[in-house]
Formats: sequence, C-alpha cells, structure tokens
Amino acid sequence: MKQQQWKAEKYPVQEHISPLVRLWGRRPRGQATIQVVQKSIIYIILLTLGAISLLPFFWLVSTSLKSNQQIGAIPPQWIPNPPHWSNYPEAMAFVPVFRYIRNTVFIAAGRVTGVLISSTLVAYGFSRIRWPGRDVVFFIVLATMMLPYQVTMVPLYVLFTKLGWVGSYKPLIVPAFFGLPFFIFLLRQFFMTIPEELCDAARIDGCSEFGIFTRIILPLSKPALLAVALFEILWDWNDFIRPLIYINEMEKFTISLGLSLFSDQHHWQWGLLMAATTVSILPIVGFFFVAQRAFIEGITLTGMKG
Amino acid sequence: MIVFKRAPLMRRLTPRTRRGLLLGLLFISPWLIRLVCLTAYPLLASLYYSFTSYDIIRAPRWVGLENYVGLMRDSVFRQTVYNTLYYMVFGVPAQVLTGFFLAVLLNRGIRFRSLFRTIFFMPSIIPQVSAAVLWLWLLQPQFGPFNYLLIKLGLPSQPWLSSLTLVKPTLIMISLWGSGQVMVIFLAALQDVPQHLYDAAKIDGANWWQELRHVTIPIVTPAILFTLLTGSIHAFEYFTYPYVMTRGGPAYASTFYPHYLYENAFHWFKMGYSSAMAWVMFVVVVVFALLLFGSSARWVYYAHEG
Repeated sequence: MKQQQWKAEKYPVQEHISPLVRLWGRRPRGQATIQVVQKSIIYIILLTLGAISLLPFFWLVSTSLKSNQQIGAIPPQWIPNPPHWSNYPEAMAFVPVFRYIRNTVFIAAGRVTGVLISSTLVAYGFSRIRWPGRDVVFFIVLATMMLPYQVTMVPLYVLFTKLGWVGSYKPLIVPAFFGLPFFIFLLRQFFMTIPEELCDAARIDGCSEFGIFTRIILPLSKPALLAVALFEILWDWNDFIRPLIYINEMEKFTISLGLSLFSDQHHWQWGLLMAATTVSILPIVGFFFVAQRAFIEGITLTGMKG
Repeated sequence: MIVFKRAPLMRRLTPRTRRGLLLGLLFISPWLIRLVCLTAYPLLASLYYSFTSYDIIRAPRWVGLENYVGLMRDSVFRQTVYNTLYYMVFGVPAQVLTGFFLAVLLNRGIRFRSLFRTIFFMPSIIPQVSAAVLWLWLLQPQFGPFNYLLIKLGLPSQPWLSSLTLVKPTLIMISLWGSGQVMVIFLAALQDVPQHLYDAAKIDGANWWQELRHVTIPIVTPAILFTLLTGSIHAFEYFTYPYVMTRGGPAYASTFYPHYLYENAFHWFKMGYSSAMAWVMFVVVVVFALLLFGSSARWVYYAHEG
C-alpha cells in the first residue's frame, strides 16, 4: 500500500471567522463579555475623537466651496449646494499660490540637500570613528538641540545683515549645509545599529573611512535618509518665523508667509481664505499619504530612547 | 619630589588614536563650524548686545544693566512671561497626556489601528499657518461652525479669541488637536513594553487601571521625559499660532515670549532689549532642562539598562 504523506499545506482549513470576532478578538469564555465591553468603549471613544479630529478638515473644504452668501446663511449648510468652485481661481488671483509653493519647494530642496550631505558626514564621525572625547562632544550636540531658536535669532539676523544676505534665501538654505543637531542625532543612532564587522572588513581590505562611508553606510541607511528628507521637507513647509524675518519681497514669499498675508488682508472673505488654505495643505497631505510609513518610522527612530 | 611633566597631547596618543581623532574631527567639521559660527558666536554676541542699546544702523551703545532693569519694569514683559508659563504648565502636560491616552487606546490590539493613527496624526503635519487660519474660521464668532454648534445646543456663543479669559485655553485646545506627533512617539514606546509583564500582571489579577499604572507607565517614563522636554522647548518657541490668529491680543493676553522678543527686535529695532530677553530665556531653559533631567533619575525607569 502506498503511504500517503499528509501535508498540512495541501489541506488548508478554512476557518470561518465571524466579523464580530474579527473586530473584538477571541477570548476564553469567562472573559468574553468584559473584553467585548472594553473594546466597544474603546471603539466608541476612538470614533468620537477621530470625528473631532477630522471635522476641521471637513469644514475647511466645505467652506472653501461656499460663496459669501452661503457662508452667512443660518443654519450653515454642511455640503454647499451648489458648490462655489470659483473660490479657487479667485483665491489664486489674489495669492500667487503656485509661485509661493514653488519658492517653498526651492528652499526645501536646497535644505534637504544640505542636510543630507552634512548630517550624514557628521553622524558618521560620531558613530563609526573612535576618537577621544567623542561622546562628550556628542553630548554638546544634544544640548544645542534644546536651544530655542529665539535665543540666537537676533545676533544671527545681525550677522546675516552684515553679510548682506537678508532678503535672499541664503540665510535659510546655507545653515542646512552645516548639519542639524536633530538629524545628526537620528542618523547617529541609526548608524550605530549597523554591524561593526562590515566596516572592519572593509578597513582590512584597505578601504578609506570616506569609502566606508559612501559604499557601506550610506546604501544601508536609505530608510533613515528618507526619514531625514521627509522631516526636513515637512519642517520647511511649516517654517514661518525664519521666512518672516528674512524674506521681504512678496514674490519670494513661502507658502506660510503668503497665506498669512492673505489672511491679514482678506480675512473676512472666508470662502476665498479657506480655498487658499486648502491649496496650501494639499501638497503636504498628499505627500504624507504617499510617504506615511517612512514618516512614522522616522519618528520611531527618534523617540525610542530620547 | 620629582614632578614628571606629561607629554603634550598629540604625542601622548598612539598614531592610531591620533589618526582617529583627526578623521573624527574632519567628519564632524561641518557641525563644528555651525557650533562656532551659528551657535556659540550668536550666544555670546547676544550677551554682549543685551548690555547695549543697538538698532543695527548705528553702532551698539553700552548701557550696562539698563535693559534688564527695563525688563523687570516692563508690564508687557511680565504678562508675556505669565502667558508662556501658563502655556507650559497647562498646555504641555495636556499634550503629553492626550498623546499618551490616544496611544494607549490604539495599542489595544484593535482593528483599523493604522487608519486611526493616520487620522490623529494628520493635524500635526499640516502647516501651522494653515491650521491657524482654519481655526480662525472655525472659531469665528458670527459665522463659525463652533459657535453655531454651541447655539444649537442651547449654549451661549463664545468670543473665543477675543476674550481675555478664553484666549489661552482656546489656543491650548487647538494645540491638543495637533498632539498626533506625541501619540506616535508613545505608540513606539508602548511597543517596547514586554508582553510577559502584562501576562504576569494578568495572572496576579490586575485590572486595566492597575496594569496601566504599574506596568505601562513605568516602562514608558523615558518617552514621557522626552515628550515633556521637547514639548517644553516648543512652548518656549510658541509663536506662529498666536501671531497669525490674534497678533497677541486682546490686551497682550495671548502675547507669548517669542512674539514679544520678535516685536522688540524687528518692529522697534531694540536689538539690545530683545537680546536681554533672549538671554533670560536661555538661562531659564538651561535651568529648566537641568531640573527636569535631575529629577528624572527619580522617576524615569530605563528598562533596557542593567
């Protein structure tokens, strides 16, 4: 008689999992009710808070599609009917949103380049090279991370005035080429997780430190580099006070400055203002959705030890 | 007694260490330049300016302690300090608590976790100016959705941002809407809590509150320290929201430290006076950080250390 080998993979058991079990999970008998109640409460809280969290966005878009009459109407319509699409082109006529976005992207691109180049080099110096006093100096890096911007704001402005850089993008972009403490910290933590043996093997093979840096560390660090780039872009899109003090000409405004100016001058035209705000948010939200995983991983990389 | 003079540093080190030192310094040289030019120099220059009267156009004029005395007499400055302390004492713990609360809820092994995570994280990534403008609309006294909701519930409509008593709590409420970043940090920290501790607690008959208090919270104390620290630093830098939404009003009730510093420096060109403010802030931040870190030895538990 032929022996038939019973292979589990050949006979998959389709367990029927009811949707309720999917939601609430399995529990041994006695605890079932308590767990279900607990989880139900959690779901209710989360749904409520989630709705509260999203509601402002809903109102943003809803208002952006209303004409002034629809805005003044009581009770306010949840979904404007008919939607007043012309708010968008009108807002763009007042605020050159696309130019401001382009300016912001330009600054972000410059800064990301500078940050990636400088912070990786510095982080490598703090992690993969042993030298006396290294960790003490790194502590200084951490300490400077905690300095509020306002402490150095005024003398930096005086310095840049004397250099004649005020009014251009230079005060915003050039400092990024000298390393940012936060990213140095993040990258150093990441580099330290790369096995020392790889670098040692390369050194034995006669590779220079810089060669190890470019050929081993950098290729292995892509997720961390991506996180750094994402954070920097997000930060630049958000930055308000630096452009505020260094950029004077309206054509050079960033999106934050432009929106703030528009709000000052036309804040009673809520429909237009909400349309402009929506346009200012859309790129970064879209960007976030695409790069979500990398964002969250990046924050995890930093908050881990602190 | 014979005293031996130690050889100078460079000769004391082995060639290998020497090479490591030179290489290390070379790699971190971008940051070293930043430390000297963009951190240390401005810090010292700020100290110097704080003893002068300086408007950039004319040379600084030495005035001794006049600026500091002026600060103490300045009622707006006192109000500013009060406002910033208010925000720190009420706003920062509220943000940490909210982020922690959300993270604990999301960590319960529920479905749609990443969806909720995205929903709560989103408000924290949109540009602050855009969020500020959006909330200007939401809280608009006559037409805004918030007051409409209040009226519908039969409650009186509130002058949110123009009320002396309400303006700061309102700003704190808005900052809670953006506590998604804190939540993500706690989510990561919660992942690190060893499951066997929860199991042990369950065997001992702990309910959810005891579990939280005796297992979860102690393990995440490093993350609590981190978020409290970074939150406080941000509180010192809190500028964009109040500047865009209220310009510091009504009657300086929402003028925070960075705003007053900015006004003194860039509206009235009192560089000396604002430098004095900057140095006061610096000293306070250093003292605060030292206190926080010093106290942390008593309440922070590092699970991964011996």
